[in-house]
Amino acid sequence: MRPIILAIFELFTNCGFDKTYRFSQLILHREAEIFSRGEKAMSAYGRVGRTIRKTILQAIPTMLGIVVLNFFLLKLAPGDAADVMAAESGSATVETMAALRERFGLDNPILVQLANYLNNLAHFSLGFSPRYGMPVADLIGQRLPGTLMLMLAALVIAITVGLLLGSLMATFSGRVADRVISIVSLLFYSIPGFWIGLMLILLFSVKLGWLPSGGDSTIGSRLTGLPALFDRVRYMVLPATSLALFYLAIYARLTRAAMLEVKSQDFVRTARAKGVSPFFLITRHILRNALIPITTMAGMHFGGMLGGAVVVETVYSWPGLGRLAFEAVMARDFSVLLGILLLSSFMVIVANAAVDLLQAWIDPRIGASR
Amino acid sequence: MNKLGTYAAETIDLEPPARAETARPATNPAAQPAAQPRWTHIHAPDVRASAVRSTAWRGLRREFKVFLSNPNALFGVAFLLVVALSALLASVIYPSDPMEMVARPFLWPGQNVTYPLGTDSMGRDVLAGILHGARISLTVGIAATLLGLSAGILIGATAGYFGGIVDDILVKFIEIFQTIPSFVLLVVLVAIAQPTTGTVTVAIATVSWPTVARLTRAEFRAIREKDYVLAARSLGFGHARIIFREILPNALPPLIVTSSVMVASAILMESALSFMGLGDPNRISWGSMIGAGRDVIRTAWYLTALPGLAIVFTVLALNLIGDGLNDALNPRFSEER
Repeated sequence: MRPIILAIFELFTNCGFDKTYRFSQLILHREAEIFSRGEKAMSAYGRVGRTIRKTILQAIPTMLGIVVLNFFLLKLAPGDAADVMAAESGSATVETMAALRERFGLDNPILVQLANYLNNLAHFSLGFSPRYGMPVADLIGQRLPGTLMLMLAALVIAITVGLLLGSLMATFSGRVADRVISIVSLLFYSIPGFWIGLMLILLFSVKLGWLPSGGDSTIGSRLTGLPALFDRVRYMVLPATSLALFYLAIYARLTRAAMLEVKSQDFVRTARAKGVSPFFLITRHILRNALIPITTMAGMHFGGMLGGAVVVETVYSWPGLGRLAFEAVMARDFSVLLGILLLSSFMVIVANAAVDLLQAWIDPRIGASR
Repeated sequence: MNKLGTYAAETIDLEPPARAETARPATNPAAQPAAQPRWTHIHAPDVRASAVRSTAWRGLRREFKVFLSNPNALFGVAFLLVVALSALLASVIYPSDPMEMVARPFLWPGQNVTYPLGTDSMGRDVLAGILHGARISLTVGIAATLLGLSAGILIGATAGYFGGIVDDILVKFIEIFQTIPSFVLLVVLVAIAQPTTGTVTVAIATVSWPTVARLTRAEFRAIREKDYVLAARSLGFGHARIIFREILPNALPPLIVTSSVMVASAILMESALSFMGLGDPNRISWGSMIGAGRDVIRTAWYLTALPGLAIVFTVLALNLIGDGLNDALNPRFSEER
């Protein structure tokens, strides 16, 4: 077992010769120490397991806090479920309103209502949307995949292009290429997503006619297989690009800073002294180590990207959560709006946990010592 | 006890000569022996005599020099001044309501000299709209930042300074607000509270304080252990004085850098909200202009492009200033560049 674990470490930690060596020595030493005390070694699985436990323990109070906050926001919103029902039916007397409130438990003390709300949530019920005539959870479930796909596409664009631009900047740091790219990335950082979305529509849909201006697939087309996929991709290019630009700028700058920092470390000098070619030096020795802060940031950006998706989806009428949120605001449908808020917060927690796990797996320094 | 009191009283007469010394250090060295304390064998500095105010403040000259030698930052300052000036002079140049019809609709930029940037679908002057829009963008941006900064500093300082269970609870509180996707929360808050300039400002501050709180907490935790804080504590200074007079001034540089970026992101959030129709309906703003121009983007794209450019350049200017401030206040990083 041990050689395999070491091999995994060497694969993942980094390729800098002396550093890998140091790590493996450290781990051997550690393992010997632990074995001598008759305990189980901290393997990669052990680290991940430990991180999972820690993350779950930390996430529970946060989630509870968010749920309570959500509940009080729902209470603050003008009009309760009885008002909505009364408005839907067209007429209601004071007595029927009171009866409705009693039926929904809206006349209970606030803490009892909170307990009911928590109980409903425990059964995955987010309430009922009168406007769409279906449970909020189903409604969100329908729209979620669209948003996740859009965010994934944007993330892929942002990270690949950001890494590329960042490496270019770090390689030519202080020279013209560095300055030009850093100005461009600062510009991307300053452009509002909805505006660049409109400008891209103007250029690529209105003027050039290359790409569709809205929606997620051609309506009424009976495409299957590869052509269908291609059709979806055509619809996705513009929204994903508009969403990605802001994050692309961040990743480019982050990559530059991280690479410049890694560049000055001993193992890079060692690698250079060994005669590693500049290309391999950058891609395998420097960039791989610079990836750690970028994965951290990408996890942290999940929530921000979801917010960006709200605006971008309204621009491109993309059938996702953001568009749903916009429609809910326009219809003053607060149960849907708060359901989205709750679910998106939950997704942020999951995303952060996933990044923690990924890092505990990649980097032996994380998770083992804490 | 009584005796100690008298000794303490005697040492106080050290103070006037100590001050006189700093006032004219080299002119009359012969005057110095007169300041001989009674206890000649004690050389520990007296905190009351060597007060901070007698040492000259180094000033911010170096920081200013670095900032002013950065052309990008200067461009940012210049552009921001133009925006601020147009916000101030908007009602002087265009005293009438920018939401009123003044000319034929869909005049293109340059078509009529009276309306250099043209008119929109309802015959409103685009230039007047942009100038008046600068007002709301800057007000909301700056007010929301000030609110968010004060709340964030207060909470972050409390958490970082006191530590322990107070810290645990506040960190959890910060984490809750950081986990909720901020723009979604912003939309929910504004939708619940009805959009006016005031509610939009408060809502933006509500979603932006956690960053400041985290930063302040980290700074306070680092500075809390420094010797001068220990000295202040051992002198019996109160918590408020240590927080605001000893620690906060030293924690300011990163907060200053953050605040310029915060104004930028507040402007972006405000424009996105009003683009979605969640801005103050009675005030014209860059975002609402884009939202109105969006419907006619095929025929009159300048209505979308022009207010957008105003946003882009204002936000860019603020980010350039933020970069410049970072280089100036954070010498460790500026050396590498």
